[in-house]
Amino acid sequence: MFHIEVISSDDASFECPPEKSLLHGMESQSVKAINVGCRGGGCGFCKIRILEGEFEAKKMSIKFVTKEAQAAGFALSCRVFPRSNMRVMAVGND
Amino acid sequence: MQKGVIGTAHVQIRVLDIDEAVTHYRDRLGLLETDRDSQGRVYLKGWTEADKFSVVLREADEAGMDFMGFKVLNNEVLASLRQDLIDFGCNVEDIPAGELNGCGPRVRFDSPTGHMFEIFAEKEVVGRATGHRNPDAWPMDLKGMKATRFDHCLLYGDDLDGTLKLFTEVLGFWLTEQAMDGDVRIAQFLTTSMKEHEIAFIRAEGKGMFHHASFLLESWDDVLKAADLISMWDISIDIGPTRHGLTHGQTIYFFDPSGNRNETFAGGDWYVPGMPTTTWDAEKLGKAVFYHARELNERFLNVTT
Repeated sequence: MFHIEVISSDDASFECPPEKSLLHGMESQSVKAINVGCRGGGCGFCKIRILEGEFEAKKMSIKFVTKEAQAAGFALSCRVFPRSNMRVMAVGND
Repeated sequence: MQKGVIGTAHVQIRVLDIDEAVTHYRDRLGLLETDRDSQGRVYLKGWTEADKFSVVLREADEAGMDFMGFKVLNNEVLASLRQDLIDFGCNVEDIPAGELNGCGPRVRFDSPTGHMFEIFAEKEVVGRATGHRNPDAWPMDLKGMKATRFDHCLLYGDDLDGTLKLFTEVLGFWLTEQAMDGDVRIAQFLTTSMKEHEIAFIRAEGKGMFHHASFLLESWDDVLKAADLISMWDISIDIGPTRHGLTHGQTIYFFDPSGNRNETFAGGDWYVPGMPTTTWDAEKLGKAVFYHARELNERFLNVTT
């Protein structure tokens, strides 16, 4: 279980096991720090910037996170699986 | 006025992982897989549909809709509408027969809302799953939600007026329902048949956005059971089961594994040519969209692929 710290308009934190995406882990604990959209990597609603921590990511829509943005640490939290404690910033789909 | 467009025939949907998508659309929604092609695309249809496919899945780096296709009466209508689309100002592309397995020549065109559509006259007929001679009521081996057919799409884009003109004046659709904010049309539902909508659009900044593809179920009981299956399989839920004010359909919304929204629905209104257009006022929009909750939900309103 990893500790996930979210910087957003409502800072929050939650615990997330490695088999759950950050968004799924957050929803499981009824925390509302990241916007919940499709939960499938398609809509961009749950976009975050990863500030610290190790993770694995599943494929996500390049319409909302280009390959360059992914390289810069942006990701859709529904596709990110933690491999250490993490610190992320909620940025939404703008 | 009818121009020879029969109605909604197919949609090609982009998915991030084709295997996950096939599990969703075939084993959970209950469509029947009818073919695959050399590009890796997977073809499916509902069990009541006679043509070879109505849903095509294509693996890509983004989710969303590639295009939606409408069947027309014959090749003369196809040629005539092709010219009308050019005269209207659409960018028109001829897609040769066989580019989609079992489909004749297609005329692809863009729209003022930035979506790609196509018309075609011929598609291989494989028949309903129950056959066409002394058929039984339904096939006994259906899976999951037992979707009977692909029914319609809802699309988001900015130039609703331009797309309304294209669909009504060039393609002969009727405007069955609309939502109006003063003089601004914020939603438009269009048909060429007795279905309340073959396609619908909602006004939003930007172009080419895909809100959902919808599949018809037999009954309200099937909508409830679809909701049960969504929980059993832990499918990403959007909202429902509930009823819409617009079209009065009984509905539930959820997402495929790539984040494309699906609807399964039953019931709702029928349209008969000559009926007045039904209008929903902006201040009643909550009730128009979700008839029971009577309030809009940000995810349903804003999440598109």
